[in-house]
Amino acid sequence: MIGWFRRVWETDPRKDPNSVVYIALGLFALLFPIIANVLSGGNPNFLLSVAGDAGVYLLLTLGLNVVVGMAGLLDLGYAAFFAIGAYTFAFIASDHLQVTPLHTSLHVPFWIVLIVALFVAASFGVILGAPTLRLRGDYLAIVTLGFGEIVPRVFRNASVWTSGVNGISALDTPELPVWIRGPWSGDPFGFVQNFKIFDPLAYYVIMVFLLVICVVLVRNLQHSRMGRAWAAIREDEVAAAAMGVNTVQAKLLAFAIGAAFSGFAGTFYGAKLSLVSPENFGFSVSITVLVMVVLGGMGNIPGVMAGSLLVYYVIFILLPQLPDNATSLANAIGLSGLTQSSGDWPGIGEMAARLKFLVFGLILVVVMLVRPQGLIPSRERQQELTKGTRDDTIIEDVQAETG
Amino acid sequence: MGAVGEAIRRRRSDLRAGLTGRALDVGLYVLIIAFLYVLATKVLDHGADYLVQILFFALANGAIYALIALGYTMVYGIIELINFAHGDVFAFGAFLSASLIPVFGLTEGQVWGPLTIFQLLGVFVVTMLVCALLNVSIERIAYRPLRHAPRLAPLITAIGVSFFLEGAMFLWKGPSSVHYPDVLPDVSISILGARLGVKEITVWIVTATLVVALALFIDRSKLGKAMRATAQDRDAAQLMGIDIDRTIAATFFIGAVLAGAGGIMYGLSYNTAVFDLGFSAGLVAFTAAVFGGIGNIYGAAIGGMVLGLIRTFWDGYFDSAWSDVVIFAILIMVLVFRPTGILGMRVPEK
Repeated sequence: MIGWFRRVWETDPRKDPNSVVYIALGLFALLFPIIANVLSGGNPNFLLSVAGDAGVYLLLTLGLNVVVGMAGLLDLGYAAFFAIGAYTFAFIASDHLQVTPLHTSLHVPFWIVLIVALFVAASFGVILGAPTLRLRGDYLAIVTLGFGEIVPRVFRNASVWTSGVNGISALDTPELPVWIRGPWSGDPFGFVQNFKIFDPLAYYVIMVFLLVICVVLVRNLQHSRMGRAWAAIREDEVAAAAMGVNTVQAKLLAFAIGAAFSGFAGTFYGAKLSLVSPENFGFSVSITVLVMVVLGGMGNIPGVMAGSLLVYYVIFILLPQLPDNATSLANAIGLSGLTQSSGDWPGIGEMAARLKFLVFGLILVVVMLVRPQGLIPSRERQQELTKGTRDDTIIEDVQAETG
Repeated sequence: MGAVGEAIRRRRSDLRAGLTGRALDVGLYVLIIAFLYVLATKVLDHGADYLVQILFFALANGAIYALIALGYTMVYGIIELINFAHGDVFAFGAFLSASLIPVFGLTEGQVWGPLTIFQLLGVFVVTMLVCALLNVSIERIAYRPLRHAPRLAPLITAIGVSFFLEGAMFLWKGPSSVHYPDVLPDVSISILGARLGVKEITVWIVTATLVVALALFIDRSKLGKAMRATAQDRDAAQLMGIDIDRTIAATFFIGAVLAGAGGIMYGLSYNTAVFDLGFSAGLVAFTAAVFGGIGNIYGAAIGGMVLGLIRTFWDGYFDSAWSDVVIFAILIMVLVFRPTGILGMRVPEK
């Protein structure tokens, strides 16, 4: 323990910006319940619940980072695995199977479903990946896009099994066999048996634990033999194969791990919401997660986590608040006439709501143009971008010399 | 000995791969034949007039898909970018022409004469030009600065532009679908008990004209030659004195001209448009481009027609809720079994 502290102390964090981000994220996670309590004036449940949802996206981002950032495989249908994870939980942890042709219901505990969903999603990743991973980059993107479009539609259309658009509701609440009671919940110290988790704080704690496990896992993977194989494939697949990397196996593993994370996230999402519906796993989810990875800085774990939180804040908190803010602004500066709809003018609140897509698109374009390497890129990637490894640069040099 | 053992092992694994490959192929053929059998029984049930009617609709749908697919395939062929915004340029064409039709003095249910044809032609020309300028400026602003960036960066901006265009149309016309003026005369001729309307004929004539013009342009003109050269090897083309930027801009221009025309014809045939129309139509058209072998112009035209046939027949004879699933399943299967598409050439890995 002392040795560990000394090592941390002696390593100058300024040498590695990542450690600063890690420390910041860790502190933020620890302090967030207190911050939320202060901000909301003693009623932090809403903010904690939002944080749990943001955690789902963090998990998804970490998983997609393995596929896109580390192995360089473009996946445009990542939400499909998310859906598979969530529906796995819905099927085996609710009364729903009673109304399907099976007529029996299963109630597998949440903690076991986490593992089951992980394997189910990973298997689907392998099933999709095995025949398609030999395709070139863009073709793989198209296959995954197609898969991402198929899965929610199947869940929507196969209504005998999935209740169609209504989705499956009243899913089981996660349960702990024993839980410690204490002053933080307004009770005296003691033990509770079969503790049902309703409290947003409990979800928040579970999510932080899951995230810590996943971050450690991914970080170790990145520095393992397989992580180096992924980097080699990402940079030059032909060269990697020539160096003896089993590219099919490595790509398949990346795909399966990415899918597994998604299954994990899906289970948590289903349990927290107690509802799964095919509308929640569309193309926009896949794109949002991809944007989180790319904006954060592909392949760099703290980078993508920061990117994920930032994008989550913009999409799910800032943009939905825009209409209300616009309305109150118009009222404040004495233009309250603007808030009423008249003729073609739908009112400034509605107008601001309609701006949502436009603003999001604009952010994407501008950030990519200004900072294509992402907000916190990994050091290797930044060097690639500034020095240039592709032979295009030769042509540019020739042009520059010949005028 | 080691070498021999290695050779034997390789031979065995080849054999195994061949066997799995063949088993998959046989499975695929069985699937296709089974599907055709079910389709045939359904077709016999519904009678000949229904079949001919579906065929007319299918060919018109396919023509519109083909027009959009051409833009995807040309852009991919020249800069290897999936231009996600292309479908939204198509939708923009529909929206713009819906507003232009009254401006050019066309109204619903009017009497048709030579003047009205010129008015409609005016709508076509203006819409196609505006769409083309839009697409060229998209390329200039969002794609050209990223030409040497990693592959993902322009793809993300393409998605961003797509969101931006959808957002702009959402802002313009709101979330619900808008009515598109029904200006074509409601005249039809009866063939084998099925109605062949002016709408379908217009779509066929316009598409055929544009595709033939495009083929001639690519084949004969100097700019077309420059496009083919750039698509084949951009660096070599540049060394031969071809202005790459101009050629790529021209590709976007032509792609959007076709998409704009497709948008007008979609509006004229269906009389409705919605802000996210471009997303679903774009995905189908992109599937068509992949089906025909991406980068291959004739392939895209044929792929569009085939996808139009598949989709319309599925909607006509089966549950239309599943038609998207079928389309994307076909997309995946084409890529798994024939990654270069029906007419595609083998592309070397770069």
